[in-house]
Amino acid sequence: MSPEQSRPPSMTPLPREGEDALHGEKMVVNMGPSHPSTHGVLRLVLTLDGEVVTAVQPHVGYLHRGMEKIAEGMTYHQFIPYTDRLDYLAPLSNNVAYVLAVEKLIGVTVPPRAQVIRVLCCEIARISAHLLWLGTGAFDLGAATVFFHTFRERETLYNIIESLTGSRMTTSYTRVGGLARDLPEGWAGQVAAFVAGFPKFLDEIDSLLTGNRIWMKRTQGIGRISARDAVDLSLTGPNLRGSGVAYDLRKAEPYSGYENYDFEVPIGSEGDAYDRYLVRLEEMRQSTRILEQALKALPDGPICIDDPKVVLPKKERVLTSMEALIEQFMIVTQGFPAPRGEIYHAIEAPKGELGFYIRSEGEKSPYRLHIRSPSFINLQAIEKMAVGGLVSDLIAVIASLDPVMGEVDR
Amino acid sequence: MEPHLGRVLIEAAVKIALFFFVLLTVVAYLTWVERRVSAWIQDRRGPNRVGPFGLLQPLADGIKFVFKEDVTPVGVYRPVYLLAPALIFVPALVTFAVVPFGPTLRAFGYNIRMQIADVDNGVLIILAFASMGVYGVALAGWASNNKYSLMGGVRSSSQMISYELAMGIAIVGVLMVSGSLRLTDVVTHQMEHGWNVLWQLPGFLIFLTAAFAETNRLPFDLPEAETELVAGYHTEYSGMRFSMFYMAEYANMVTASALGVTLYLGGYHVPGLRLLGLPEGAAAIAQALAFGLKVGFFLFVYVWVRWTIPRFRYDQLMNLGWKVLLPLALAHVGWVAFLILMDWT
Repeated sequence: MSPEQSRPPSMTPLPREGEDALHGEKMVVNMGPSHPSTHGVLRLVLTLDGEVVTAVQPHVGYLHRGMEKIAEGMTYHQFIPYTDRLDYLAPLSNNVAYVLAVEKLIGVTVPPRAQVIRVLCCEIARISAHLLWLGTGAFDLGAATVFFHTFRERETLYNIIESLTGSRMTTSYTRVGGLARDLPEGWAGQVAAFVAGFPKFLDEIDSLLTGNRIWMKRTQGIGRISARDAVDLSLTGPNLRGSGVAYDLRKAEPYSGYENYDFEVPIGSEGDAYDRYLVRLEEMRQSTRILEQALKALPDGPICIDDPKVVLPKKERVLTSMEALIEQFMIVTQGFPAPRGEIYHAIEAPKGELGFYIRSEGEKSPYRLHIRSPSFINLQAIEKMAVGGLVSDLIAVIASLDPVMGEVDR
Repeated sequence: MEPHLGRVLIEAAVKIALFFFVLLTVVAYLTWVERRVSAWIQDRRGPNRVGPFGLLQPLADGIKFVFKEDVTPVGVYRPVYLLAPALIFVPALVTFAVVPFGPTLRAFGYNIRMQIADVDNGVLIILAFASMGVYGVALAGWASNNKYSLMGGVRSSSQMISYELAMGIAIVGVLMVSGSLRLTDVVTHQMEHGWNVLWQLPGFLIFLTAAFAETNRLPFDLPEAETELVAGYHTEYSGMRFSMFYMAEYANMVTASALGVTLYLGGYHVPGLRLLGLPEGAAAIAQALAFGLKVGFFLFVYVWVRWTIPRFRYDQLMNLGWKVLLPLALAHVGWVAFLILMDWT
């Protein structure tokens, strides 16, 4: 044993001169990038006075993949799989957001059937993402069982997504001008079965957590943010609505025919973690309603626009028709040029406003593509929410902010 | 006539060996029970690969722990770091020595007590050894040279001290009615006057709550609070040393349960057993089994609660301990004193 090791660790030194003798020295703790409740690779540098958080500094970038730059080197279609890896809890919703932006750029609108299917996709993604938030959020506060129950429900959703797209997570389901393929047989029945059973599950969660005294004590008044601050920090999604601002892009700037559905936008009043919890829980109920209506409204018809310059031809035609073969060859090797200009289009993703800014110089790939990811911007609020609270509150704050690092770092 | 010293020693040695075997087996299988019950609560299967119903899982885990590399991180304060697991594990086992788990059994021509040591101040010994456990936790956290461990250690020392007070005062109610610190007397008193839980329900509930906190189980598992402090005080431990912390937690649960059963649920007493007219030996064994069942029920409650509710926050836990449980326990003692005065016990 070296003399170095035999000395007791000096972690509680006497206060230095001029320091407050009661509070002593502050401790700097590095939380993350690998920590059970930083949800991926978020790194927080905390300054602690005992257990009280006096400063939080988030560090991001551990999952940076340079997606925006990558987009500049590929055709508009080729970027779709990359969007799966943004908010990897809601890939379907990212797919929709991206193609909607490209469609806005080239000025096309997809047929009604594709629109309804896209709404179905978005809402399934929302429920699935919120379920994961619910499970991990409850787990972070010590209620481990909720986690497994939400995963059981997610399994049903993943099966639905798998039979739709052939993949559970990396869906890449949408195409510019439509969808990759039509609904498989019996798929609507699968969703209908889920829709029928899901509200009962939410009631179960309600009875487990909503009125639970410990849960209320751990979340009420924690991570409070006023409506004014929330707007100033450009929070979006449930984090904004928890503070009582009824801003939902599905209502404010409807896309994919959201104006045709009857649903409510739940808002909170206190802006604390408990309100954000209630908002997300209610959003899942509302999403279930939208799914129900979308299934009823599902029209027949094509799933893609009729534009051989943008949409890949059917495989059987490629094998039999010269023109179709050429069209496929051109789209795959060259892509399609988009007109000059710049656009921004955003959707209400599970975490908030997911927007794509695209600037085109008339080429087959964007001159610049920027992703406004809600998690990244929502993360700004962490300091406002956590400082002054305890370490345990910080955990509740992170859980209630619901960041996904795939989207934060891009 | 004083029994022969050699006989006493042999009897004690046999009982200690037996008791170690039983307790360690119970502890090992408690981990299995915890995983199976939690799986059942959570709609999963749980360990079911090793042996029938996964019954050999604890064995496999034990082998794994023994063969795992025991990492000692750089910068730890070695003497304390190495000692801490023992400091928590030993008191957890020793405490059980004074708990009576059955009546006196007549066998081989001797009277054999189903208890290792029938000491006059059994309750005090239990409380004293239970307090020892906090040293293990606090020192492990401090010696690990890890900020998360330190926070876990600090949390646990304040938590365990606060809840020990409430627990001790709640127990005073029991001692007042039985008039003895000897656990066998406590049981005998309950045989004659009915179980303490009937007369002292508030005391029982305070004891139960404090027992959860004492054993660091959810909702009071703040010293390890995995989602906050990674693994709290035992973050830096691995291999067998980690498993000692792990086993100590379960051993503590068993001890706390046995204590709860002895103090409040009549110990090994089975109401109406005498009416069956069983031979003495069979009755004694039935009572020992009943004790086991009662402890089992307690343990199930532990597991059940852990997988049902969320965790408290540190300051909320302290508030509950000092501002709610402690005054309640004091009021309870007053109430019991009143009962005794009015001769209603």
